[in-house]
Amino acid sequence: MLKLAEVNALLCTEVLCGQENMEREIVTACGADLMSDVLVYTKEKTLLLTGLTNIQVVRTAEVGDLMGIIFVRGKRPGPEVIEMAKAKSIPLMLTELSMFDACGILHDYGIRGCVERVPRNEL
Amino acid sequence: MTMEYGGVWNGCLEMNSRQVIQLEFFLEAGDFSTAGEASSQIKRILQQIGVKAETARRIAIGAYEAEMNVIIHSLGGKMRVAILPDRTDISVEDNGPGIADVKLAMQEGYSTAPDHIRDMGFGAGMGLPNMARCSDEFSITSEVGVGTKIRMVIHHP
Ligand SMILES: Nc1ncnc2c1ncn2[C@@H]1O[C@H](COP(=O)(O)OP(=O)(O)OP(=O)(O)O)[C@@H](O)[C@H]1O
Ligand SMILES: [Mg+2]
Repeated sequence: MLKLAEVNALLCTEVLCGQENMEREIVTACGADLMSDVLVYTKEKTLLLTGLTNIQVVRTAEVGDLMGIIFVRGKRPGPEVIEMAKAKSIPLMLTELSMFDACGILHDYGIRGCVERVPRNEL
Repeated sequence: MTMEYGGVWNGCLEMNSRQVIQLEFFLEAGDFSTAGEASSQIKRILQQIGVKAETARRIAIGAYEAEMNVIIHSLGGKMRVAILPDRTDISVEDNGPGIADVKLAMQEGYSTAPDHIRDMGFGAGMGLPNMARCSDEFSITSEVGVGTKIRMVIHHP
């Protein structure tokens, strides 16, 4: 379990909004660029790491009750995305790290994925 | 997206056993600026009337996936929601083009989303199966050239 404030220190993030919510705790995280995968596999108390910066990422966090969003690879969302996240009390952070490294660091500190395994697709 | 309140909801978000909140949302094809707003409003109302967070989350996810499918894959449609004390009942209807093989569309990972839609974060092929998973009762019917109808009922424990 990590507080968002600790996540920020580990990933050297810039907090884009939600500074008042940095005491929130996360137990799992999810790295994804396809939002309905996020909505299938996440549970509550999850942090989303993503390379997408559009408004749908905030929508996904809202309907899925996610604890916050980290944009990887220095990707900066537009002001309308930040405004919506503010209105919905969803903290947004930005890290210059790659998706792989950002997830790896959180994993080192005990954060795990939301699902251990997904049974292989036999299509 | 536009919304209309109907039914006997009196604006007071305390429900007694006979009240029902009815909502209707008109969903426009390709309108990504308000995409998700319907589900967001549904979720807010569920929270205000004290539906358990876990239940409100399932309802919001099901509604969101249905709403996005209409906006992305259809020519437009509407979503009707009835929030009752013991359940939420969501009906989504669109104006086509319909789904030729519903069984295939229901499979995890099946998607016809083009690249520009995938770039927006959609197209995992998980929306329909997740709607079914989030619902206590789920049905889908579709006719090519006519449209697709989805119904989801989620009980409030
Ligand atoms: N309302 C609809 N009208 C026409 N076709 C639809 C509709 N809803 C879904 N489909 C078809 O069914 C497929 C599967 O839908 P589903 O929601 O499971 O996945 P997706 O929308 O492609 O991706 P995701 O929901 O994971 O972002 C779609 O790719 C599309 O071909
Ligand atoms: Mg979908």
